[in-house]
Amino acid sequence: MSGNEPREPEELPMTAQMMPETAEPEPVPAREVDDTVGVSQGRLILRRFLGNKVAIVSGILFLIVVIFATSAVGIGPIPGWWKHNYTTLAPQVGGGAPTLSLVPEWLGGSGISLGEHPFGQSRIGIDYFAMTMRGIQNSIIVMFVIGIGGTVIGTVIGAVAGYYRGRVDSILMRITDVFIVIPIIVIGAVVGRATGGLGVWLLAAFLALISWTTIARLVRAEFLSLREREFVEAARVAGASDLRIIFKHILPNAIGVVIVAATLLAAAAILLETALSYLQLGVRPPDVSLGLIISDNQSAFQTRPWLFWWPAAFIVILALLVNFVGDGLRDAFDPRQKRFSRRRTKEQSAS
Amino acid sequence: MVGFVLRRIAVSVLVLLAASFIMYVLSANSGDPLLDLRGSSAANRDQLIAARVAALDLDVAPPLRYFLWLGGAAQCLVPFVGTCDLGTTISNAQVTDILPTAMFSTLQLVTVSFVIAIFLGVAVGIITALRQYSGFDFGVTLLSFFLYSLPAFLVAVLLKEFMALGFNNFLQAQTSIPIWVIVLIGVVSAVIWQAMIAGPPRRRLVVAAVSGASTVVLFVYFNLSDWFRNPGFGPVGLFLLIGGTVVVITALIAGLENRRALIIASVNGALAYLSYFLLQGLFDVSSLGTLIILGIVAVAVGIATGLLFGGTDRGQAMRIGGVVALLTSSYVVLDRFMQSWPAYLDLPRINGRPIATVGAATPGLKGDVWISGIDSFTHLLLPTVALLLISFAGYTRYARSGLLEVMGQDYIRTARAKGLSERVVVMRHALRNMLIPIATLIATDIGALLGGAVITEHVFAISGMGSLFVSSLRRVDVNPIMGYFLVIAFTAILFNFLADLAYAALDPRVRVAA
Repeated sequence: MSGNEPREPEELPMTAQMMPETAEPEPVPAREVDDTVGVSQGRLILRRFLGNKVAIVSGILFLIVVIFATSAVGIGPIPGWWKHNYTTLAPQVGGGAPTLSLVPEWLGGSGISLGEHPFGQSRIGIDYFAMTMRGIQNSIIVMFVIGIGGTVIGTVIGAVAGYYRGRVDSILMRITDVFIVIPIIVIGAVVGRATGGLGVWLLAAFLALISWTTIARLVRAEFLSLREREFVEAARVAGASDLRIIFKHILPNAIGVVIVAATLLAAAAILLETALSYLQLGVRPPDVSLGLIISDNQSAFQTRPWLFWWPAAFIVILALLVNFVGDGLRDAFDPRQKRFSRRRTKEQSAS
Repeated sequence: MVGFVLRRIAVSVLVLLAASFIMYVLSANSGDPLLDLRGSSAANRDQLIAARVAALDLDVAPPLRYFLWLGGAAQCLVPFVGTCDLGTTISNAQVTDILPTAMFSTLQLVTVSFVIAIFLGVAVGIITALRQYSGFDFGVTLLSFFLYSLPAFLVAVLLKEFMALGFNNFLQAQTSIPIWVIVLIGVVSAVIWQAMIAGPPRRRLVVAAVSGASTVVLFVYFNLSDWFRNPGFGPVGLFLLIGGTVVVITALIAGLENRRALIIASVNGALAYLSYFLLQGLFDVSSLGTLIILGIVAVAVGIATGLLFGGTDRGQAMRIGGVVALLTSSYVVLDRFMQSWPAYLDLPRINGRPIATVGAATPGLKGDVWISGIDSFTHLLLPTVALLLISFAGYTRYARSGLLEVMGQDYIRTARAKGLSERVVVMRHALRNMLIPIATLIATDIGALLGGAVITEHVFAISGMGSLFVSSLRRVDVNPIMGYFLVIAFTAILFNFLADLAYAALDPRVRVAA
C-alpha cells in the first residue's frame, strides 16, 4: 500500500529553518512573525496528506458520492430530488433494462439522457437507481456509526488500559481477547440476526459495540510507551488529573494511530455490513442494502446483469475510496511508511 | 517457560468460557427457534412445540441453559470415554456427529487456496519489494487495494454467475478463442513479464517480445489442438516443462554455476520424465493411496539423490532434489488427470458443462480416481479462486513490507560488501529472515481456517463449517452454533499460542517472559 513515489517530506521545514530570509516556497497562511520556528507537526501532516493526490481525489470523490446518494433519496422525512421511491413499484419499462444512455448522438448512440429508470428496475419493478442510492446511503450510515462508535469505545478502553497498566490493563485486555476470539463475521452475524430488524442505525450501533478491539490494542500500545515520556511526568508534577493527562496530553500524541485505524475500520465496516446483508443477517426488507439487493436478485443475473453490476460497482467504489484515503492518512502520519501489522499489535499486547 | 505456558492455558480457558457464554446468550436471543412451528398448520402443532421445547430445554432462560450445555460440553475434555455431548440440533441430529463432516469439507475447500495464496502472495510480494517503486510494484499495489475493497460475496457471485457459465458456454459452443483475445493476452503477458524482470530498456524489450510471442504461440497451439476439450502436456510439452522447472529451481536455490546441483536436479527431472512413459499402465489401475505412495517415493528418491551426490553441500542438494522430484512428478500425475478430461466431459451428468457452481461433488457420480479427482477440481475451482483472490492481497503486502524492512538491515549490506551474489543475498540472507514473521502469520491463519469461509461456502452451497453456522443461525439453532464456535475458538487460541512459541523459537531476539 505504500507504493507511491518516494517523497521527502522533511525537506521543506529544513530549508525554512536554514534560510530564514529567503522567501518560503510554500505560501503559509497566517504566518507567524518568527519564521525560524518551522512548521508544526499538524501542519506537516496536513501538507503531506494534501501532497498525496490519490488520497485527495479519493476523498473528494467519496464526498460527492455521499452527497449525491443522500440527496437523491432524502434523509428520513425529507424527500430527495429523485422522482422514484425505493419501495414503490413502477410499471416495467422495456423489460426493466437501464434507460441510462451515455453515448452521444454523433457517435451513433441515442444521446446522453437519464430516461425513466437510469439503472433499470428490479425484478418486481422497483426503480433500481433509488434502491442503489438508498443502499449507498445505508452503507455510509453504517460506515460512520461503526467507524466513530468503534473508535471512541476502542480509544477509551485502550487509553485506560495503557495508562493505568497493572490489573486494570490485564482485565480490559482479557475482555478484548474474549471479543477477538470470536471472528467478526461470526459475532456480527449473530448480532445482525438479533438486531437487523431494528433498522440500520441500531444495527450499526450494535455492530460498533463489537468492532473496537483492534483500535483498543493499538491505542493501548501507544499509551504504554507515551506514558513514560517526560511531558507526562511534567504534567503530573504540575498537578494535572489523570483524566486531563489522558485526554489533553497523551491522546493528541496518539491521534495518528487512532485516525488511521478508524479509516481502516470504516472501510471494513462497509464490507461487513454488505456481507451480513448478503447473508440476510443484516439490513432487512423493506429497507435496502447493497448486499441485500445482490442477494435478492441473484437468480436473475443471467437475464438482467445490471441488477448485479450497479450495487457491486458502488460497494467496490466506496470501499476503495475509503481505503485510499486511509492509506494517504497513514503515509501522512508516518513518513517512514511503516505499515500497521497485525503481528506487531499482537506482540505488544501479548507481552 | 513452563510458568508461561501454564499461565497462558489458564487465561485461555477463562477467555474461552467468557466468549462461549457471550456467544450462547447472544445467539439464543437472536430470534425465535419455534418460529417455523408457530406458523405451521399441522394438527399436532402444540405437541411439536412442546416436544422441541423439551428436547432443547427452551423453557430454561438462556443464561442458565448455557450451564446445562456447558455441563455436556465439559465431558468432551475427558479423553477416551466418549461421553462428549454438545446437544442436538433442531432436527434432532447430534452436533458431535455433524461437526466432523462439516470440518472435513471445509478443510477440503480451504487447504488448497490457503497453500496457493501463501506461495503466490509471498512470491509476488518478494518481486514487488525487489522492484520497489517500479511499474510492477505500482500495479500490484493497485491490484491489492482493489482486492481489499472487494467483498467476498461479490467475488464469489461474479465467478459463479459470469465466469463459470462463460467458460461452460465456451466449451459447449466448440469454438476457438478469437484472434484478438489471443493478441490481447499476449500483450498483457509481455507487459507483465517485462515489468517483473525490469532492467535496461533493451532487456525489457527482449523479455517483452519473447514472453508475448511465446504466449501467443501457446494459445494458437491451444486453439489448433482443441486443447480445452482435449488437454494434456504430451511428451514434448512435458519435456519442456520439466526442463524449465529443473533450470528455475536450480537457479533459485543454488545458482546455475553450481554444476553438481544442476546434475542432481536434471537426474530427478529425467526420472520423472521416464516415469511418464513407464507408469501409464499403473496409473490406469491406481487409487488415491497409490498416488500418495508414488508421491512419497518420488520425494524420497529426490532427497536420496541429494544425499548421495550432494558432495560438500548435502542439505542444499537434498532440498533441490526433493523440490524438483515433487514438482516434476506432479506434472506427470497432472497429465494423467488431463487425459481423463474428455471422458469426464462426455459423462451424461456433466454433458459438456464441467465447471460446477453448487456443491462439492456431482451427486451419484461413479468413476475411478481420475474422474472423481476431476470432479472435485471442477467443483472446488471457483470457490478456491474466490478465497485465493481475497487472501492473496494480504500476503503480498506482508511479504513486501517484510522484505523491504529486512533489505535495509546492516547484515544485508555486510553480505553485499563481502561480495556475495545478489541471489545469495536475497535467497539466503534476506528471505529467511523475512519468513519469520510470515511463518507466525501463517500459524494464526491456520487457526482461523476451520472457521471456514462463511460467505464463500454459502454462495457455492458447500456444506462446510461456514454454511453450518449460517443455516443454524437462521433457524436460531443454538447447539450447532456453539459446536461451531467451540471448534473455531479452540483452534484460534491454540494456533495463536503456537504462533507465539514459533516466533520465540525462530527469532532469538524475542524472549518469552517466564
